[in-house]
Amino acid sequence: MASEDSVKLLGFWASQFSMRVEWALKLKGVDYEYVEEDIFNKSSLLLELNPVHKKVPVLVHRQKAISESYVILEYIDETWKQSPLLLPQDPHERAKARFWARFGEEKLLLASAGAMCSLGEEKERLLKLAIEAMEKIEEEIKGKEFFGGESIGYLDIALGWISYWLPVWEEVGSIQILDPLTFPATTSWAKNFLNHPIIKDNLPPRQKMIPYFHERSKFFSSLPPGWIKI
Amino acid sequence: MTDEVVLLDFWPSMFGMRVRVALAEKGINYQYKEQDLKNKNELLLKMNPVHKKIPVLIHNGKAVCESLVIVQYIDEVWNDRSPLLPSDPYQRAQARFWADFVEQKAVYAVGKKLFSTKGEEQEAAKKEFLEIYKTLERELGDKPYFGGETFGFVDIALITFYSWFYVFETFGKFSMEAECPKIIAWAKRCLQKESVAKSLPDQKKVYELALELFGLK
Repeated sequence: MASEDSVKLLGFWASQFSMRVEWALKLKGVDYEYVEEDIFNKSSLLLELNPVHKKVPVLVHRQKAISESYVILEYIDETWKQSPLLLPQDPHERAKARFWARFGEEKLLLASAGAMCSLGEEKERLLKLAIEAMEKIEEEIKGKEFFGGESIGYLDIALGWISYWLPVWEEVGSIQILDPLTFPATTSWAKNFLNHPIIKDNLPPRQKMIPYFHERSKFFSSLPPGWIKI
Repeated sequence: MTDEVVLLDFWPSMFGMRVRVALAEKGINYQYKEQDLKNKNELLLKMNPVHKKIPVLIHNGKAVCESLVIVQYIDEVWNDRSPLLPSDPYQRAQARFWADFVEQKAVYAVGKKLFSTKGEEQEAAKKEFLEIYKTLERELGDKPYFGGETFGFVDIALITFYSWFYVFETFGKFSMEAECPKIIAWAKRCLQKESVAKSLPDQKKVYELALELFGLK
């Protein structure tokens, strides 16, 4: 039943960006209507709700659209103030969480996905960048169960793709980034994250992801170099 | 308890300028430390080991890095005056979205191509640059500031690029006034604020430095 307060999420089943939003909503116990978007055949609804980027996820709440997954996460935390609080309370800790979320996106995610889709020298270059970025993440998680401390928070959600999407990309791209011997703390965090009752029930099927990312990888590796901004 | 606030910065950096504007808006006293980026010192490397970049805000000994992260931090700590972000969650989301747009579209990176490339590549960069600013112009609309009636987060994120406009215009051979008049009008409105005027260096000074920094003629 549509009400003033109803929540709708436009997402894509294989997108780690849209899954972040689902994790946050489910952790907070917020009911929402999920609308699957075919990102290869964008609906007029998506183009209307996110005219600037034309991408998922888009959250619609009180008839207003919010785009960009990190922006949506903060909106969710500020609108539904019940536990769990996603961002830390202390301003310096909040700044650190935002800093590392950006780092994860700009350095680790881009390099990892890029390494999956590239060949030869470019693949080697991106793999090296990804491993260097992972070293920094490892330092951050050492001695902690979650990035948020004792419980899942914003940064765990932001970096959650490492636990599930990255192993898929490693298989598809025949690469290894998250070596358990080199990165024991991150490997352990990934296991804890995936075991969380909310997370483990909200993951796209692996057997669908493998062929999907194979296709995407084929597409990107056929592009002339320079498409990746790292 | 007195706060100790230190800013590690480099005068022509549009990212550093954002922090200067935010600190000025809040009336915060701080120590400005000009950095030699060709010869990075121990303090910078210790305070920003991940990126080794400016700006870095050091508040009571703790470092905060990344200009927009720093601006939000300033807003949250000194939350008793001149709010930089709106209080409504949806308005805040809009502010974050548009500040992120400015970042994502790597305005600086595209602008840099305007003076470091030629021919077709430069033309493509110019086209992309102007498309970004025209999108921003549409978003601004008839509002005095991106935040509406008051100067805020998105204005801070974008205004600092104004000091580099002369560099972009000269090398790209276009006039921002002609292409995006509303952006220029908005910029001039922002410059009337003391916090902005005293934080942004003169466009010609930046141009002279760009010539030197990038070995341009």
